This record gives sequence, structure tokens and C-alpha cells, in this order.
Amino acid sequence: MVDVMHGVPEPRPAAETEDVELYHPHSWITKYVFSQDAKVIAIQYSLTALAIGLVALVLSWLMRLQLGFPGLVSFIDPERYYQLITMHGMIMVIYLLTALFLGGFGNYLIPLMLGARDMVFPYVNMLSYWIYLLAVLVLVSGFLVPGGAAGAGWTLYPPQAILANTPGQQWGIIVLLVSLILFIIGFTMGGLNYVVTVLQGRARGMTLMRMPLTIWGIFTATVMALLAFPALFVAAVMMLLDRLLGTSFFMPAIIAMGEPLAYKGGSPILFQHLFWFFGHPEVYIVALPAFGIVSDLISTHARKNIFGYRMMVWALIAIGALSFVVWAHHMYVSGMYPAFGFFFATTTLIIAIPTAIKVYNWVLTLWQGDIHLTVPMLFALGFIVTFVNGGLTGLFLGNVVVDVPLSDTMFVVAHFHMVMGVAPILVIFGAIYHWYPKVTGRMLHDGLGKLHFWVTFLGAYAIFFPMHYIGLMGVPRRYHEIGGIALVPPSAATLNEFITVAALIVGTAQLVFLFNLVWSLGHGQPAGGNPWRATTLEWQTPHTPPAHGNWGETLPVVYRWPYDYSVPGAAEDFLPQNQPPVPRTG
Amino acid sequence: MGVALIFIVIVAAFSGWWLSRQRLTAKPWLEVGVIGDAPEPASPMTAKLGLGTFLVVASSLFALLVSAYAMRMSVADWRALRMPTVLWFSTGLLILASIALHMAVIAARSDEPGPLRSSLLAAGVCSLAFLSTQALAWRELANSGHFTASNPASAFFYLVTAIHGAHVLGGLAALCRTSVKAFATPKNLVPTIPRELTLSVELCAIYWHFLLLVWLVLFSLLMRWTDDFIEICRGLLT
Amino acid sequence: MGVAIVLALVVIGSVVFHFLSPWWWTPIASNWGYIDDTMIITFWITGAVFTAVVLFMAYCVFRFRHREGRRAAYEPENKRLEWWLAIGTGIGVAAMLAPGLVVWHRFVTVPKDATVAEIVGQQWQWAYRLPGADGHIGATDIALVTADNPLGIDPKDPRGQDDIVIQGDQLHLQLGKPVKLLLRSLDVVHDFYVPEFRAKMDMIPGTVTYYWLTPTRAGTFEALCSELCSTGHTFMRGGVVVEPESQYRDWLQQQKTFAQLQSPARTQAKNQE
Repeated sequence: MVDVMHGVPEPRPAAETEDVELYHPHSWITKYVFSQDAKVIAIQYSLTALAIGLVALVLSWLMRLQLGFPGLVSFIDPERYYQLITMHGMIMVIYLLTALFLGGFGNYLIPLMLGARDMVFPYVNMLSYWIYLLAVLVLVSGFLVPGGAAGAGWTLYPPQAILANTPGQQWGIIVLLVSLILFIIGFTMGGLNYVVTVLQGRARGMTLMRMPLTIWGIFTATVMALLAFPALFVAAVMMLLDRLLGTSFFMPAIIAMGEPLAYKGGSPILFQHLFWFFGHPEVYIVALPAFGIVSDLISTHARKNIFGYRMMVWALIAIGALSFVVWAHHMYVSGMYPAFGFFFATTTLIIAIPTAIKVYNWVLTLWQGDIHLTVPMLFALGFIVTFVNGGLTGLFLGNVVVDVPLSDTMFVVAHFHMVMGVAPILVIFGAIYHWYPKVTGRMLHDGLGKLHFWVTFLGAYAIFFPMHYIGLMGVPRRYHEIGGIALVPPSAATLNEFITVAALIVGTAQLVFLFNLVWSLGHGQPAGGNPWRATTLEWQTPHTPPAHGNWGETLPVVYRWPYDYSVPGAAEDFLPQNQPPVPRTG
Repeated sequence: MGVALIFIVIVAAFSGWWLSRQRLTAKPWLEVGVIGDAPEPASPMTAKLGLGTFLVVASSLFALLVSAYAMRMSVADWRALRMPTVLWFSTGLLILASIALHMAVIAARSDEPGPLRSSLLAAGVCSLAFLSTQALAWRELANSGHFTASNPASAFFYLVTAIHGAHVLGGLAALCRTSVKAFATPKNLVPTIPRELTLSVELCAIYWHFLLLVWLVLFSLLMRWTDDFIEICRGLLT
Repeated sequence: MGVAIVLALVVIGSVVFHFLSPWWWTPIASNWGYIDDTMIITFWITGAVFTAVVLFMAYCVFRFRHREGRRAAYEPENKRLEWWLAIGTGIGVAAMLAPGLVVWHRFVTVPKDATVAEIVGQQWQWAYRLPGADGHIGATDIALVTADNPLGIDPKDPRGQDDIVIQGDQLHLQLGKPVKLLLRSLDVVHDFYVPEFRAKMDMIPGTVTYYWLTPTRAGTFEALCSELCSTGHTFMRGGVVVEPESQYRDWLQQQKTFAQLQSPARTQAKNQE
């Protein structure tokens, strides 16, 4: 046992706690534009990510229109269709989900939840955002360059990605690779901040085991991202050289359209290994912050401590570590050495165990809780449904031999949209409804929020659940129409139309959300400092929205873990982390 | 991917060791009260931790490059290259730069501004010379007809030296700032070397030792001294 | 209350959809019924877990929803329960993994009596090669690919002379006879996927990959390309005809060998000299 100091320590004099190097903005530009305040950077990250996410949403509409009603939108030929899917995938996985969870929520929540004044390297943190913005702009420029955006599929498999008859081969692929390289550089700058702030920036009394699971999730995901993104960096640089200088890293000798090319000897499989060495951890880079955030949402709104906190932490760490030894389950049908199949199927299915434990603990937190069905809680429940569904179909695809017929079919598309598309995005929405009052001082409109939730949750489920069955029939993914396939019955076209209509409705519901974001800024109910009666530190700031430096005169001191809800004997049903214990008498 | 896996295992082992000292089995709901003291966000430790984390990221990058190199090497069209002899010279220069920075750290810690300035200068000159020598090696290879596209071995040679060189260049920017600070500090201050400057010098030194270590690994890879090791790694996986 | 009902309806709806869905896998035409069996096991286990978790959640939402004066229980953890759940999950996972690995072992172990057939992918068409009387297919090199020798068969390799080359037609396979399909690509990654066979493998340019199967049902099956290969991907179709031995022999007789295909080219070349 360690020494736990009972009673309240002397507050340190302000001069000592006041960080001498804390950055102070002097003008409007340094306060809101080139700001080094993590909160401002977080909002910049989030708005940029949401904006580019809207682009991806429109792209998905277009491709769904083509699938549901082939030929309805005349300008979508196969070439355009592949550009749509490529950009949609890239944007969603990297520029929206990764950036929003780590750059957005990470920046906002890490200092506030840990009781720090700011990130430890604010200047680098600011650079991180601006490089991210540059990466986004370079990415968007792909739509404008001659030949259009890259259309090689988001996995960018060579040789196809850089061959002459691939859409966007002219400039699109170059722009995309440069944008990825920029993103990784920018992310690394931010990531160093998140990791070191968690290690060094915690308030007094905030031991690792007193960190909210949100922070555990973001921290683990950042560590993974820092280790995994270099793989994408290497792959992108090498592919860029193959494209621009004619090297043969990934390009074997091939005959393209009857003409032999100058490439020889390169290994397309090498690219796949590098890509998935990044790509699989990436799934968990998106999932772990969602796991963390949803744990806190459930606990707060069920007024109950998260069930099995220690197991939750261990499971996060186990998932993080295991996710580095499962990458080749994306390559079961790539013709790699067959014995790998045994290893990677085993590791992949083992990772299901810690993941399942997390699910059990979420639902067990609900057991005997005092469940307030607020909008964030609804989104958390929606997350559990979609995540369990998508996670379980992962057991089909992870089990090597079952993957053989299903790989590269619509089943895969349905699976990963459910598990790393819909599920994390529901968490993002829940988190926005949860923390918006802290960021702006006002509540989001409750009725609009519920409308947004029900349409999004049920609609998204209606899109992706039936889609599994189209894949089960054997319809491959990345077909811009499925009409001509012999084995596809006409009824599948009806199902596709249904899915498209659902997708259009779900997309439209996001406009309600955007309206709510803007409207509530001026008209939302004033929230007060702690509208959800939550325990974690970000709700205990002296100002709402938190002022520069977060904590006013003195830094908070942490006396307890973040889940002291409904503690027997306590007057209130929550005890903030910085609430001193009642001095023992006698 | 054997090398990358070994790297990940090392990182995992280190993280596991570190986590095992963080009381992850504590029952936090039973402990009410203040535990321990707060880490100091502005302490030199923070900066070193930041650099250390970056070095882990950079190591991951180089481990993956080496992995790619090893995998590509096993394809039949790989023809080993005769490496330019000037690489020996550049290796020597980088070692000298590393030593100079080590001297700079000693000088900074013992408050001797004169030796500090000359060591920093020496390190800078050696590093610039290292980069020029690498450029010479590029030219030598190009003159003998090995361009980027002509051979996978030469393509990898250009790639790894360029990425390593970019890291040296980034380091030089930091070294420049440190040197400017060192030369700007008036000699009559007490203590002569401010704490922040000592820290900057230490960070530069750590980074250069890392650059040297990486270069030695890459150098032995390019010189094909590690072929047996790579063969063993490959054997482990297949 | 409403929330709990909707959650329950999601489960019920999913289960009903699963059983009533007219969209289901195609009737199998190969020996890989094992894969279907493994998938059925997986469906049962995962379906049970999904149903149990979401219904439990719906019950909790119904039973423990906020009412005036309600206070949640305080239970930081329950070691026993957590371990039991973890062990139960482990057993479930093992129940899916074990048959999966057994079947995978069969999948990667080609029977000794398997015949050989080669499938070559190229944007956006399939070509096939069958061994001639010698039972072997000859060496190939992509550098040898010309209009007259579209598969790049080495003319110096005697084993290649009697190889049967099929272009612009369907591949015929013999019913009930195991066949090892060698997969080659001339340009990008393709994947020869006959959903009725269940088995597939990518064809990677620069290497030869393979899988094997025994066709168990006569008929004509459509082959789809199952790995994005640029704009023609959707239309890259092939066909496989599975037929009994006698019909297969008849068909084989009519096909041209590599040597026969080369001879007109050679005569033409001679005439030009």
C-alpha cells in the first residue's frame, strides 16, 4: 500500500503553481487564430474535422445514389465512383475520426481532465493543428487537379494505385500521398504533446489509476498511433518515389494495357504489410478513445461507477498491445505464407476477449443504475448496439477460413462501417452533446438532439445491417453496380434502393445536428458549470467555458477516483474528484 | 516485418515494465486522499520525455524502413551494390559530432562558456560536413550509373540516407538555436550557463547520439554486415 | 420505456431479418462446405451473444431508468463475475477458432492427386492454362508476353509446349476431381472469385499464388473479380463450367495447345523472311 494522505494539503502559493512559461495571448490573432491554448486548438481541430467530414458525407450520398439507382446521377461513371469511395474512406478514417478523437477531444480533455493548465508543448501543439489544416487543404485540392482525385480505393494497393489507367493517377495520388505525409508529421507533433502531458502534466493526486477512462483511451490510442503511423509514412514515401522517380519498391514487372513497364521486382505485398501494420492499429486508434469516452458517458448518466474500472484499464492496454500483432488478418487472401493464417487468426480472436470484457462492463454499469436517458446516454446505448453488432461480425472475418469467401465482399463493408464508422461516430455525437455545455456554456437543444439520435441510430443500423446479407450472397465490394451479376436476384436491387434512401435520410439528419450546434450557441439553455453533475475535473473549473490557464489561481488537488457516483452515505449522488474527504473524527 | 515486430516487442516490454511500477492493481475507489506529489510540467524531465517519445517514433520509422529493406532484399532482382568508400568518412564525421556534443554537455554542466561554444561549433561543422559527405556519396553512386530507379539497392540507399539526412537537418535547426543562445549569453552571468541552455545542449546531445546509433545500424545494413541477422529474422517468420 | 422497447425491437428485427432474408449464400458447388459449417457455428454463437447483450441492456434501461428518489447501487467491481464472463467468452471464441483453424489447415494443404490449372488475370479479362498430356505446365516469364504469347509461356521449356491456352472462353473443370488453381496476374492485383466455390485468393503480380478445391456440382458458374483493379473491375467476369469426366475430355480435345497457337505465328514469320 502507498501512503494516502488524509485531510487537505496546504495549497501551494500561487507563485509556485503559476507556470512561468504558460503562454499568454496578446492579440485577437494569437487568441483565436494562432492560439497555443489547447482548448482553442481543440475547437479548431474539431471544426476542421467536421467540415471535411461533411465533404465525406456528400461523397457517400453520391456513391449510395449510384448503388441504389444506377445511372440516376449521370456523371458518376466508374472512374468517378472510385474517386468517391477512395476519398470518402480516407477522409473518414484519417482526417475525420483520427483527427477528431485525438486532435479534438484529446486537446480539449487531456489538460482539463488531468488538472493541467495546458499541454506541455503548446507551441508544437499549435503547429500540429496548422499542419493538419494544410494536410486537409492539400487533400481537398485533389478534387481540383487535372485528372481528379485519387481513385485507387482507400487502401491504395499497388500496382493499381499508380498505374496509368487508374483514376487520379496523374496528380490525385501524388496529392493524396503528400497530404498523408503532412498529416502524419502534424499528428506526431500533437501526439507527443498528448503523451507527455499525460505523463507529466497531471495535477497533484491524479495517479494513473485515478485518470478517467477517456484519458486512458486517448492516451493508449496516441501511443499506438505514434508507433503505427510511421508505417504509413514509409509506405507513402516509397509509393511516391515509385510514382515520381520510377523506383521499384512496390512495383513488380508488369504489362499494363499490352505495354511492358520499366518497373521490375518490387513487392506489392510489402506495401500491404506496411499499410496494415498501420491500418490495423488505426482501427483501435479510433476505437479506444471511443471506448474511453463511452465509459465516462455511461457512468455519468447512469449515476453509477463504471463497473470493473481496473479490468477496463487492463483491457485497454491489452487491446492496444495485441492490435500490433493482428495486422495480417487483412491479408488472409493475399497469398501470403499460409502458416501466417493460424497465427493471425488466433491473435485476432484473442483480442475479442478483452473487447468483450469492455462490453460486459458497460452493460453491467447499467445494472442497478439510475439511468438518465439524456441525449449523450442515448448515443452511448446506440454505440453499444452497433459496436457489439460490428464487433461480432469481426469474428467472422478474423477467423481465417471464414474470411476466405467473405473478404472483399459487401459483408466487409458492412462490418467495418458498423464497427469503426457508425459506432465511433455515435460516440462523437454523444461526446459533443455531453461536453458542448462546457465548451460554450450552453446546452444543446434536447428535442433536436433526440430527433438526431433516433434518425441517426436507427437509420445507420438499417443501412448497414442488411448490407451484410448482400455480401453473404457473394457481391464483391467496390462494384459500382451489382445489377449484372448472375447470382444477384432482382430483390437485391430493392434492398439497395432501401439502403440508399436510409442513407439519404441519415445524412439529412446531420443537418439537424449542425443547426443545433449553431442555434444553441446563442439560444441554448445556460448550462452552469456542471450540468450533468459529473465528478471529473473538467466540470469543476472556476469558469465555464474554462478561462485561459483553466484553473484560476490554484491548481486542483485530486482526492479520489473519477467514478464516485452514488457513494453510500454521501449526501449528493456524486463526489467530484477534487472534493476533499471529510476529516475523520475520533 | 521481423525487425518491426522485434522493435514493437521491445517497446511493449519497456512499457510493460513501466506500467508494472504504476500500481495498476490498486483499487482506486478505496483510496481517498492525496497520493504522491504532482510531476512538474515545466521541469527538464518534461522536455527530455518529449524528446524521448519522439525518438521512439523515429525509431519506429527506421525499424519499418529496415523491415522493408529486408523484405525487398529477398526478391530475386536484388543486386547488392558496392557502397561508396566515402561513407566511412561520413561515419567518422558523425561520430566526431556526437563526441563534440558530449563535450558540450560536460562544458555546460561545469559552467565553462568557452569550451561550450567551441564544442557546439565543432558539432555543427562536423554535422554539416557529414551531410556534404553523404551528398558526395550520392554523387559517386550516381556517377557509377546507379540512379534511384536503376536498382532496388540503390533506391533504398538513396531513401534511407535521405530520411536519415532529413533528421540530421532537423537536428541542425535545433543546434543552431542552441548555439545562438550560447553565443548570446554574456560571460559575466552567475551561474555562467543558464539552466535552460544546459538543457538545450543536453537535448541536442541525446538527439545526436540517437542519430549516430541509427546511422550505425543503417551503415551496417548498407555494408551488408547484417545479412545473416536478417536471414535469421526471416527464418523466424517462415 | 420507449427506449427499452426500441432496443428490444432492434434485436427482434435483426433476428427475424436473418431468418426471413431471401439474401443468403449461393448453393455450394465445391468441397468447402466446411467453411459454411464454420460460418453457421459463428452465426449461432455471435447471434446469441448479440441478442443476450442487447436484451440485457434493454431490460436494464427499462428496470433501472431514472425515477424520482432512485439511487444507483455502488459496486466498483465483482471479480468472480468478471472472470466467469471472461472464461465464458474464451470458450465461445475457442469454439469458433478451433473449427476455423482445422478447416484452414485443409484449405492450405493441397491433396497430392490434385490436377493443376492456371488462371491469369489482366485488366480486365481472364485467361486460363491447363497442362497437356505431360500433366505439367511450363515455365513463364512476364518479359515473354507478346500478342502471340499472351501468357508469357517460355517457348524453350518443353513442358510448356503442350499446355492448353484458353482465352476469351470459360474454364472447364472436371466434376469431383481436386484441382489446384495457380493464380498469376500480369498487371494489378485481381481475385478470381466464384461465390459458389467459397474459396478464393488474390493474384499478385510478380508471384504465383494458389488455392485448391474439388468441384462437387455440375453447372456453369460466373466468376467475379474480387480485388479492385481500376475502372473495369465491375465488369471483369469469367466463367467456370464444371462437368463430368467424359464431357470434360471432349472439351479438352477441342482446345489448342501452346505449340499449335505458336505455329501460325511462326509460319507467318518465316513467310516474311
